[in-house]
Amino acid sequence: MTETLIWTVVALILIGVYLSWTAGRLDRLHSRIDAARAALDAQLLRRASVTQELATSGVLDPAASIVLYEAAHAARQAEEDHREVAESELSQALRAVFGEPEQVELVRQAPGGPEAAEELAAAVRRVPMARRFHNDAVRAARALRRHRKVRWFRLAGHAPFPLAFEMDDEPPVALADRPA
Amino acid sequence: MRIGIVCPYSWDVPGGVQFHIRDLAEHLIRLGHEVSVLAPADEDTPLPPYVVSAGRAVPVPYNGSVARLNFGFLSAARVRRWLHDGTFDVVHIHEPTSPSLGLLTCWAAQGPIVATFHTSNPRSRAMIAAYPILQPALEKISARIAVSEYARRTLVEHLGGDAVLIPNGVDVDFFARAEPKKEWQGETLGFIGRIDEPRKGLPVLMRALPRILTERPGARLLVAGRGDEEEAVASLPAEMRSRVEFLGMVSDEDKARLLRSVDVYVAPNTGGESFGIILVEAMSAGAPVLAADLDAFAQVLDQGGAGELFANEDADALADAAIRLLGDEARRAELSARGSSHVRRFDWSTVGADILAVYETVTDGAAAVDTDERVGGLRARLGL
Repeated sequence: MTETLIWTVVALILIGVYLSWTAGRLDRLHSRIDAARAALDAQLLRRASVTQELATSGVLDPAASIVLYEAAHAARQAEEDHREVAESELSQALRAVFGEPEQVELVRQAPGGPEAAEELAAAVRRVPMARRFHNDAVRAARALRRHRKVRWFRLAGHAPFPLAFEMDDEPPVALADRPA
Repeated sequence: MRIGIVCPYSWDVPGGVQFHIRDLAEHLIRLGHEVSVLAPADEDTPLPPYVVSAGRAVPVPYNGSVARLNFGFLSAARVRRWLHDGTFDVVHIHEPTSPSLGLLTCWAAQGPIVATFHTSNPRSRAMIAAYPILQPALEKISARIAVSEYARRTLVEHLGGDAVLIPNGVDVDFFARAEPKKEWQGETLGFIGRIDEPRKGLPVLMRALPRILTERPGARLLVAGRGDEEEAVASLPAEMRSRVEFLGMVSDEDKARLLRSVDVYVAPNTGGESFGIILVEAMSAGAPVLAADLDAFAQVLDQGGAGELFANEDADALADAAIRLLGDEARRAELSARGSSHVRRFDWSTVGADILAVYETVTDGAAAVDTDERVGGLRARLGL
């Protein structure tokens, strides 16, 4: 009788330790998502600000300036549920304007242009990076949260089910490719 | 930035991953970052100042060959001490799935962790069995880098998730500026790699060679690399053996000069390559490249745009292409020019900037790397 009791207690403790360890894993994944999301936000915002700066600088022709300004402005002001679309539209606008290497060359020739072009190139390259890291964290968390032990014991608490950030983040060829 | 880099393989043994880490560390130090590399090394090996030894690696059979790995609680303790003393902003682990220092660091660390996946191999039973063991450790990696599209595909198939593509780096100017050597010039084919390792493909080249040497009476083959030279030429007719020259192991300088001198660099590798750094080095030196059409090679050569490809293990196709190239100077010049401009994307200035961009993305707003107390044992976990 006592023996059974001891074994039951041991088993319960082991299960408890395992569950607490799993909860720790999940907690770590959630904080990884938070950090990745903050990094992604920072990169998106950076891209929009550099674009806006370029659009208002007068280096580009008026039509291109307006297209870029509109898209950058919409991306910065977008509500959360419209964000992915607005950011994708900014990517498309950037691709339309900076599709040709000559356009980038034009920006470089203006005073302060080389820095602006370099900043924009860095921004459009980092957005896909940050987004990939974010979605990778989301995938790992979702895989663990779908597991039986997590669902049955409600280890995730009230944390919302993580969502991937889906957008078109293809950078303009003339800015992404840097031969020579 | 304070950067900790973990090398899973013995520092004493030359290898692609080790060279990559050495060049990356030196590049980052030149840019003014503080870098510490943790690597297995014998006690008496002289180490560069930025390398910290994690003790001697133990040779164990792993993944089809004998690998020198570090594991066990002594190594784990060394990893924890290194992490604790280093207070790194970011830790960069190489090859985190090999049962060595990389995996141990994944276990012991928390905070921004970047990992680079170098190898590509088919899905194995061992990998499937190890998946539940690996997963909790791999979950801690904030950013994954794959060195080629091929390595990335392996990663996606085995472990799920995604990675950004950043190729291995090469110091392009080191090769571009090397001085060609007179006696290595004039209708020469070049091959660099282990002679006795069939996957490097020398046997394929040897089967193609009789026809090449018959059609191009002035042609010669230069071979640089370790291995049994007698055995390598055993399949050739006796009168042709003198037209194969063995240079043995060559220094980095001589390798660059050899690549600058040859008319065609041949890469007949039959498999097991996930990147093909030698092709990048050959292109840097302006050598026209003729390579087997492995996935990884096709990727590096821009699907044939920056170098010629032939059907893998097909000695006849290799012979045809080599004969054509040796007789067509205009095509060689074209390949050389295309290769030289294509290779710029593999230069350390570009690759290093991309890796730093990854570091900056994951450290933005994150705390520094520290030892993970949750794996410190039951006591820590229960809060006692």
